[in-house]
Amino acid sequence: MIKIVHYINQFFGQKGGEEAADLPIELVEGPVGPGTALAAALQGKAEIVKTIICGDSYFNENEEVACMGIREILDEVQPDLIVAGPAFNAGRYGMACGKVGEVAHSMGIAAISGMYVENPGYELYRNFSFMVETSNSAAGMRKAMPAMAQLVSSWIEKEGKLGTPEEEGYMPRGLRVNFFAEERGAKRAVNMLINKLEGKEFKTEYPMPVFDRVEPQPPVIDLSKATIALVTSGGVVPKGNPDHIESSSASKYGEYSIEGLDFLTEASHETAHGGYDPVACNQAPDRVLPVDVLREMEKKGKIGKLHNLFYTTVGNGTSVSNSKAFGAEIAMHLKNAGVSAAILTST
Amino acid sequence: MKLEIGNIHVKELAFGENTALSSGRVEINREELVGFIRELDHRITEVKLDIALPGEKTRIMPVKDVIEPRVKAEGKGSMFPGRNGGDEAMVGEGRTHVLKGMAVVTTGKVVGFQEGIIDMSGAGAEYTPFSKTKNLVITCEVDETCNQYDHEAILRRVGIETANKMGELAKTVAADDSRTYETKPLLEQAAQYPDLPKIGYVYMLQSQGLLHDTYLYGVDVKSIVPTILYPTEVMDGAIMSGNCVSACDKNPSIVHQNSPVIHELYEHHGTKYNFMGVIVTNENVTLADKERSSNYVTKLAVQMGLDAVIVSEEGFGNPDADLVMNCRKLEDAGIKTVLMTDEYAGQMGESQSLADSTPKGDAVVSNGNANMVITLPAMDRVIGHDVYADMIAGGAEGSLHADGSITAEIQVITGATNELGYHNLTAMAG
Repeated sequence: MIKIVHYINQFFGQKGGEEAADLPIELVEGPVGPGTALAAALQGKAEIVKTIICGDSYFNENEEVACMGIREILDEVQPDLIVAGPAFNAGRYGMACGKVGEVAHSMGIAAISGMYVENPGYELYRNFSFMVETSNSAAGMRKAMPAMAQLVSSWIEKEGKLGTPEEEGYMPRGLRVNFFAEERGAKRAVNMLINKLEGKEFKTEYPMPVFDRVEPQPPVIDLSKATIALVTSGGVVPKGNPDHIESSSASKYGEYSIEGLDFLTEASHETAHGGYDPVACNQAPDRVLPVDVLREMEKKGKIGKLHNLFYTTVGNGTSVSNSKAFGAEIAMHLKNAGVSAAILTST
Repeated sequence: MKLEIGNIHVKELAFGENTALSSGRVEINREELVGFIRELDHRITEVKLDIALPGEKTRIMPVKDVIEPRVKAEGKGSMFPGRNGGDEAMVGEGRTHVLKGMAVVTTGKVVGFQEGIIDMSGAGAEYTPFSKTKNLVITCEVDETCNQYDHEAILRRVGIETANKMGELAKTVAADDSRTYETKPLLEQAAQYPDLPKIGYVYMLQSQGLLHDTYLYGVDVKSIVPTILYPTEVMDGAIMSGNCVSACDKNPSIVHQNSPVIHELYEHHGTKYNFMGVIVTNENVTLADKERSSNYVTKLAVQMGLDAVIVSEEGFGNPDADLVMNCRKLEDAGIKTVLMTDEYAGQMGESQSLADSTPKGDAVVSNGNANMVITLPAMDRVIGHDVYADMIAGGAEGSLHADGSITAEIQVITGATNELGYHNLTAMAG
């Protein structure tokens, strides 16, 4: 029999509604609220040993402390699985369930949750949990709980090796998962070829990604009045990499001032990028972030002004989803600062 | 061309007094073979021979190449032709004998950073097809006058000459089973099955240079324009690996000798389609080369009258661009494509898997996500040098643990995500 810890919010923990949303983490023995139905459905296969109850506002406003608490509990209880929610379309609850899944994942513990497909907790944390799709309100509890119980049963039976989202009834996690197919790759390719030739149905094993194609903006008409910004994925950062941007798979970007600098030097800047030989960039960071040339153009009046902040991240192995989010935020900063055009340098 | 492949199944591989083959037992006189290998190049300083059998607690690393012993029993030419003066004859006809189930594996101090691991048992064994072969392992070291290119060339020669020497044992032995493969000259082949769709195989070979090289009849494929082969030529070693690219998706020579797509295409030749032949092409680094080669591939496919092709990639990242260009141009010419690749989707599998993309690529076979992390248990015996675990592609600082176990991406395992579909690993959306 496996051990489960169940995470629920103040409302389903029967502590109260919005007025109890500031409730800090409470650990209770056995199942509570929706956990009772889950425990009944899993009788003989799994036991809900503990229930964590936490207020939605408390979790979201004290995320770091809350996560530390969750980590301590999981460390002590050592469950095989954590179940969170279902959260339906409750945004803060969904975010908490998602985050709990991420914490569990970082400790090597699997997580199963349930929420409405448009709950932001799904979009943000779908990589870390198997999430059942629920309706958008708690009225859907009668359907959600059996679906989650079913997924937990399947997870137990298959020793954690769940099949596809369609087979198992969880929402796609946006992950690619390895497995051994019955036929070798060459045979599958020939079968696919025959089906394609004969106009029969076939299923690609990897749907090709669709790349965004951004329409170019109209050209800057008068450069001498334009404010130009520098943005790079080449990893140029102030010496010492103060924000610890990762050398690969970056999770953040940096915003740094170049006010008063005519050029960058080995002493002032370096690259955080781990995907290319850094020697040339470290010797003269202007090679990747051309502050020197733009300052000169600014002095000669060729451009109106070099924007006093630059934006930087590491492109190496950084996921498209992160890059997209960085891009949107950086664009917003530039727009708000009245920048007319940006030069994007890559490596 | 018509080629009969006769398999002699190797049931036992052992060192002994004589180098001989009898009733499926291959016996090797160790000293004699060490002497033969040392004579191959005066810069060789050390040769050690080991036998690694399936199920043993044995790790071989860093693996350079894996080669199957074969010999021409009848017909022109020699195995892995075109390397030495006098062996320029075309191959792919007559009869070839194979020591089936045996392989020659080369190892030694690392050449590039991208040599691989073969575990004969444990979790890693599932990911490499070469945990199932009886391996004669050559640990070969060279002197300090050798740069990486010399080192690679010497190991390549050592592996191939040793495999050929082993293959000689099978020359006059009756085969346990055999099969004949035939592809006729283009016009005759087209006429043989006039009502079936004509299909071909676009065989992309790694040629990025700097230890990422493949040879066709002894010629570095960086310097070729795409060309046509009879499928059977490959079975006699017309394509030879000189690669030090990531172990999981480089094609060791044994994979070319048993080229999986070619063998699977022969299965329905004459029933579902007419397999007209193979177009070999390269994966050079410059845009001009990529454009030229993909244009050339498409031209040849049209010239051959093909209706559909399978396109296989070797390596990842940069060659994704070649794969996509080949796909796009072939589809634009009205030729249907099925693409074969592997994925670099991140350790969790959370990211986009390819560096280039086209909506025309609607039929893709995935041979798995190379970034998946695995822990390989400690072994009783390591042939080669496990100190390289931290430095080979897919490893990182700390990959090799004090107890001898290794935590790394499956990228480090020889053949794990082989893009010719040599074995069964794949990936799904989950």
